[in-house]
Amino acid sequence: MEEGKNSIEFIRREELEKIQVNRLKKTIERANNSPFYKNIFKKEGIHPEDIRCTDDIRKLPFTTREDLRENFPFGFIALPLNKIVRVHTSTGTTGKPKAIFFSKRDVDEAAGLIARCMRMTGAGPGDVFQNMMSYGLFTGGLVFHYGAEKAGVLVIPAGAGNTEKQIELMRDFKTTIVHITPSYALYLADILEEKGIDPEEELNLRIVYLGAEPYSQKTREKIEKIYGVNAFNCYGLSEMNGPGVGFECPLKDGLHIWEDNFILEVVDPLTGEPLPDGKEGELVLTTINREAMPIIRYRTGDITFIYPQVCGCGRTHRKISPIKGRTDDMFIIKGVNVFPSEVERVLMDTPEVARNYQIVIERERSLDIMRIRVEIKKRFFDGSLEHLKELQEKIKSKVKSELMVTPRVELLEPGTLPRTTGKSKRVIDKRRL
Amino acid sequence: MLVKQISVFLENKIGRLAEITELLGQNKINIRALAIADTTEFGILRLIVDNPEKAQEVLEDRGFAAKQTDVIVVKVADKPGGLAGILKELKKSDLNVEYLYAFVKQSGENALVVFRIENTSEAIKVLQGMGVEIISPEEIYSL
Repeated sequence: MEEGKNSIEFIRREELEKIQVNRLKKTIERANNSPFYKNIFKKEGIHPEDIRCTDDIRKLPFTTREDLRENFPFGFIALPLNKIVRVHTSTGTTGKPKAIFFSKRDVDEAAGLIARCMRMTGAGPGDVFQNMMSYGLFTGGLVFHYGAEKAGVLVIPAGAGNTEKQIELMRDFKTTIVHITPSYALYLADILEEKGIDPEEELNLRIVYLGAEPYSQKTREKIEKIYGVNAFNCYGLSEMNGPGVGFECPLKDGLHIWEDNFILEVVDPLTGEPLPDGKEGELVLTTINREAMPIIRYRTGDITFIYPQVCGCGRTHRKISPIKGRTDDMFIIKGVNVFPSEVERVLMDTPEVARNYQIVIERERSLDIMRIRVEIKKRFFDGSLEHLKELQEKIKSKVKSELMVTPRVELLEPGTLPRTTGKSKRVIDKRRL
Repeated sequence: MLVKQISVFLENKIGRLAEITELLGQNKINIRALAIADTTEFGILRLIVDNPEKAQEVLEDRGFAAKQTDVIVVKVADKPGGLAGILKELKKSDLNVEYLYAFVKQSGENALVVFRIENTSEAIKVLQGMGVEIISPEEIYSL
């Protein structure tokens, strides 16, 4: 791949749009092989020839999270199964998860985008990269790993957690780059301080990639100061390969979206009408370089805006602002996406508790804690403390196995929680981002 | 033989205890004995009162989860080792004491102890066999 000013990152907009139109046409052709899109395209009379410019994407229907769920597992695949080499599933979902399939080429292209992001931030051969994201079904581990190898750095597949080991690895191998959630970066800093290790003096870190959770500019600055590093914001979602969909350049003001791989739109979350650059709304993404599982006009639920001006770094791919919130009530805890409705489903299956509940999210020693507050039913109470403890344990383990987050469960007296009509405020996020 | 204990579910809020005692006081219900069992998150208040039926009613009316639980109240000689003898005997008979607590008031030379034992009828037999005096509900409510 060509690097520097002649690379695809600095391509002229007209050229970029030509690539987009061609790839979008191809995407429609490919998508037509998947049961889901074949059906929709037929119903709505959509053909690749309808696409003459990038804006023609507006003729295509949106795809939603529910569509992915309802068509789980194979409804979106556009290649025969024997051409598919990997599947990732989305985190934090009950019942039907979202499955994302990759062909060999898709794995390679996704890795190429990560490598591009890493090079953009100044990483390359000679660097030692420790990936502290969870490996396995979560894309943050493996997808980033493949990209880092492609960028030519030495990769330590450390995975998430196990702080003692992380510190040992960083010291033994002189790690220069880490990929980490911001909350874990702060927690790790606390532990280093306890151990009397000065991260700036005694570690070799120079770059930190912060992903999988929203955070503020202040948090970034704090992390940069503690570790003496450059910290870059990365945005991704498993539906769009995972990490590396949006990435900051060295100017650290907004995240470039690689528009040769994704078509980006921001729409009014209520009407679905496209909004002009600079206006805040819901991010909608279309994969235009994926073969196993093309996804068209995906409603991400993330709120952002597109920067109207060209970036000072000279890259022509447009930027989005860091994610400002959600169109729904999803929240992220320990890198896991959680929808209150999923917690609700667990509680509904527990006859001993009432329908009313509350989720409180707090940060304790830089780590996220989810507290589920739920009222017991009067008729369940039999005066036994043991039974209450058992109930608490039961809810805890059910939530853990379904959502992959261990909550604290608080049992409340009946009638304690405020009764609200309509869409009540179930989630109280006390974290100061 | 069995005394009705009132068990109330409590979130760990000190204010709730004040509210309950005040509520019972207003309704002229006298507390004979009480104990709190708690974890870090929640607890159960156990009460022996002079009118358990009414106590449950007023507590439930106020929205509390309150239940009646059968307990045995016995007279224990107020001297060293008094309780130990009883516990030993219960253990020998494989009777599991879930919890116990003592009375606020004493009756003469004896202490009153509340026992919660799963197999109540068997426990009563064992206690009577040892000659332990079991206090009747009427006696408790009229203390």
